[in-house]
Amino acid sequence: MAKIRITLNKEKRRLDVETNETLLEVLRDKLGMKSPKCGCDRGDCGSCAVLLSGKSVRSCLILAIECDGVEITTLEGISQDGMNKLQEAFIEFSSFQCGYCAPGVIISATELLKANPHPSLDEIKEALSGNLCRCTGYTPIFDAILAATKKEK
Amino acid sequence: MAIAHEYEYFAPASLFEATQILSQFGKKAAPLAGGTDLIVFIKEGMITPAAVIDLKRVKDLKALEIKAEGLFLGANTTFSDLVNSQIIKREYRLLWESAHSVASVGIRNRATVVGNICSAIPSMDAAPALLCYDAVVHLISLGSEREVPIQQWFVAPRKTLRKPDEIVAGISLKKPADKHAGIYLKLGRYKGEDLAQAGLGILVTEKWEYRLAFCAVAPIPARASSIEGLLFGKKLNPELILQVQNLIPTEIAPINDIRSSARYRTHICKVMMQRGLPAAVDRLNGVEIDNTGILGG
Ligand SMILES: Cc1cc2nc3c(=O)[nH]c(=O)nc-3n(C[C@H](O)[C@H](O)[C@H](O)COP(=O)(O)OP(=O)(O)OC[C@H]3O[C@@H](n4cnc5c(N)ncnc54)[C@H](O)[C@@H]3O)c2cc1C
Ligand code: FES
Ligand code: FES
Repeated sequence: MAKIRITLNKEKRRLDVETNETLLEVLRDKLGMKSPKCGCDRGDCGSCAVLLSGKSVRSCLILAIECDGVEITTLEGISQDGMNKLQEAFIEFSSFQCGYCAPGVIISATELLKANPHPSLDEIKEALSGNLCRCTGYTPIFDAILAATKKEK
Repeated sequence: MAIAHEYEYFAPASLFEATQILSQFGKKAAPLAGGTDLIVFIKEGMITPAAVIDLKRVKDLKALEIKAEGLFLGANTTFSDLVNSQIIKREYRLLWESAHSVASVGIRNRATVVGNICSAIPSMDAAPALLCYDAVVHLISLGSEREVPIQQWFVAPRKTLRKPDEIVAGISLKKPADKHAGIYLKLGRYKGEDLAQAGLGILVTEKWEYRLAFCAVAPIPARASSIEGLLFGKKLNPELILQVQNLIPTEIAPINDIRSSARYRTHICKVMMQRGLPAAVDRLNGVEIDNTGILGG
């Protein structure tokens, strides 16, 4: 057991973690963040994506203890001030079916749009190449992201 | 899923401290960089370290250094560091393209080049570029340092010349003295996140020196020396490319696995040569080429 401090969704937290607990487990089971999902648990699907210091990572491949002193943002944090235009576009375009992939997809898209506010379809596809979706066929997801880049807010 | 295995975790702040811990635990310690391989290995019970030594806080393991004569990829350099560098994209295109072909943004943000060569899986994408740039691996242990040319680094699948008490501090790459151009071709089963069925790095200089290196088609990634010998000093022509293709079966030793049959791997290597060599030469002559379209969409 070790003590770590993190900044989770802008809030400073201290917590005890085991050396072999993953960030995904700690976020879901100890910190109540339900947006990161466990799909494959080995880095393949992207459903556990969160932002570490603004960069998307697979929380299933990161030890919680590695995150001492680090800033973490989950989808809950992105939505703190209400839904943003990206999330609204996801609803508008019905870009969810089961919705399991959606938090990871929105995390990846958030990272992309921060660096590149007006990406091409190819750039969107590349940014999302590590996010698997079993249901939507991807087209509504790409449409929503493209639409969000055109909306003013 | 919890990790069933238990271990001690260390996050040393200096290289000295890191090598000390490593010398104490020897074979029972696992250095941790991005964890994109290591955490999977531990989850799957493939390795059961007594100590995990996180190197991310070691300040001496600097990230990317770009110098006039070449590069130093410190152990903490991630694939995203390479992909996001305009200088790498412009001046080390082969390396940039290989970094860009690794997995997806979320993996590249964590995965390091050094972790890639330490895992040493046959399909690793960093190897062909490092082999073409005659890279040198810098190793440090308590009280000693050594350098190993990348050509000797890989011993067998997942086996390298690293000794258990050594940390890879970084990899240095030298630019060829003459004007040159390079390209990386990778075939996966689909576009997006997949390991290579075959990968080929090509570097060509204006004096017609060719450097060629494969991954995923032999137990270890390697330069194709007989083909390099055949091409040396010669301008490309269709007949020469045919001769190159005929040498491929002697240069590679592909396996049948879930990703591809050996026969298909041999075939695709021939196609890669046929399309990649002229593309590299075109680049040398200033032609803009998109490497991702060369093997089809
Ligand atoms: C979903 C997914 C897709 C992938 N796709 C690709 C792909 O397309 N192409 C590809 O090449 N790879 C791919 N990989 C493999 C992986 O991302 C790479 O091998 C990665 O570069 C490893 O680097 P890391 O920093 O994560 O290393 P880690 O996982 O931290 O470590 C890897 C190994 O190296 C050792 N090590 C790390 N740093 C040092 C050091 N400084 N000194 C000594 N030993 C060290 C560790 O102990 C461990 O054995 C993929 C992985 C995943 C999970
Ligand atoms: S659960 Fe982490 S990538 Fe699938
Ligand atoms: S909506 Fe079901 S996995 Fe994407």
